[in-house]
Amino acid sequence: MTLEQQLTRPLSLDRRIFSYFMSAIAVLFTGLALLPLLSVLFEILRQGLPNLKWEVFTNLPAPAGDTSVVGGFANAIQGTVLMVSMAALFSVPFGIAIAVYLSEIGKSGAIAQTVRFVLSILSAVPSIVVGVFAYAVIVLSTIFGYRGFSALAGSFALAVIMLPIVVLSTEEALKLVPKHQRLASAALGANSMQTVFKIVLKAALPSITTGVLLAIARASGETAPLIFTALFSQTWVEQILNPTPSLSVMIYNYSSSAFPEQTQMAWTASLVLLGLVTITNLLSRLITQKR
Amino acid sequence: MLHSISQSELALSAQNVDVFYGDRKALSSISMDIYLGQVTAIIGPSGCGKSTFIKALNRIGELESEMRVQGQLEFFGQNIYSPRVNLNRLRRQIGMVFQKPNPFPMSIYDNVAYGVRVFSRVSRSLLDEMVEKALADAALWDEVKDNLKKSALSLSGGQQQRLCIARALAVKPRVLLMDEPCSALDPIATMKIEELINSLRQEFTIVIVTHNMQQAARISDRTAFFSTDESRIGQLVELDDTQKIFSSATNSRTRDYVEGRFG
Repeated sequence: MTLEQQLTRPLSLDRRIFSYFMSAIAVLFTGLALLPLLSVLFEILRQGLPNLKWEVFTNLPAPAGDTSVVGGFANAIQGTVLMVSMAALFSVPFGIAIAVYLSEIGKSGAIAQTVRFVLSILSAVPSIVVGVFAYAVIVLSTIFGYRGFSALAGSFALAVIMLPIVVLSTEEALKLVPKHQRLASAALGANSMQTVFKIVLKAALPSITTGVLLAIARASGETAPLIFTALFSQTWVEQILNPTPSLSVMIYNYSSSAFPEQTQMAWTASLVLLGLVTITNLLSRLITQKR
Repeated sequence: MLHSISQSELALSAQNVDVFYGDRKALSSISMDIYLGQVTAIIGPSGCGKSTFIKALNRIGELESEMRVQGQLEFFGQNIYSPRVNLNRLRRQIGMVFQKPNPFPMSIYDNVAYGVRVFSRVSRSLLDEMVEKALADAALWDEVKDNLKKSALSLSGGQQQRLCIARALAVKPRVLLMDEPCSALDPIATMKIEELINSLRQEFTIVIVTHNMQQAARISDRTAFFSTDESRIGQLVELDDTQKIFSSATNSRTRDYVEGRFG
């Protein structure tokens, strides 16, 4: 038996060193990257959990400095859910329609390329600029006889932030649907939009959902655009044409507060916001998986 | 060739058809007739343009790539490349089964019903009937009748291909194009598809591209032999009754090919 034929002979030292070294780097860097993520999560849980009482979900914020009542932030949860849902209601259908246009009609034409370019710029615009834009367009103009900060303006700003995320991820998802599915549909006499709506969108649904969730998660945490548009309020959300509280603005306000119980509330609000995003995520995954 | 012309009506006819991919010529002056109610097999070495030819017939090729066709292609006397042709109607009349089974990621029932639903609203009971008929025609009904709601992707490869055939049959095409339908299947599944083609020949006109010469010999009425010339452009070498092609072909290249001397 020659040396070459010996199956138990180890690989040469430099090959082994390379392999071990690269594996170690991959593991080490993953660990390093996870460290800040996990510590944020840990700190939110550590600071937020002790104050997570049922009243948090049912009560209005306690007046500053008043420790005799148990405060909550039910109104901020209401506001965030309302504004993010309204923003999704606007940006998801528009976003999917634009994505269908880009991938099925416009393709690599001049208009489609321009739309793509503009959207990728829009997705890089700082959210505070979007807030100022919404402030100028909605807050400063009179809508339904009302002029001022409102949930409507807030959700408009959030929708502008969500739109490029939804469009770009949906277009990617549509492009990933195998060509043979489209051909099979065309060979049965379906026209292009029938193919898109009955085959392509269905097949792309899980990835589209991921994109929408990403957009929702992003919008739920946005603070800057809401400061300019929805502002805040200490009371219940009654209609969309009023200043409206939100978790993110509340966290922003309370975290720099001089009252320790408000700082504590900010931690709890972070935890609740995290929970809301996680629940949305899990729910939609459950729904799309069933198909 | 003369005696076969009297047999029946023309379903498809090609007169001097050239096919280009961009600037590259893939097929040169193909002229062939395809008769109603017959199985026509197209054989030939790889890259000779067999698939290209049938993809020109239902104009699916132009969806895949920049395919251009010159010359006259007719479906029951109508020019397939006339600008007024509605592609959706054309493709409904000329169905296609692809090389790899490509069922939609939905239930078995919905796969078969898809083509019907695309064209018209039909009552649930009529649709049930049509789905059953198509699945029975594709010799799949007995295997799936209790699992119509199951995902088509849970079927075996051979069953998936028969489902694709059922799906194509459900819209009642006049012509069924099959692009190497057995190349991804094992011998038993292949045999089932061949039996199926045999049973369909009464009702449908079938054009089948195949790599497998024995298959062509077993199932077809007429066989066309395609090959490439020196400049690698595909051409029709010979078209005749299958029996004649395999026993006493006129052209020496055809004889060499069917006897396994090249390709």
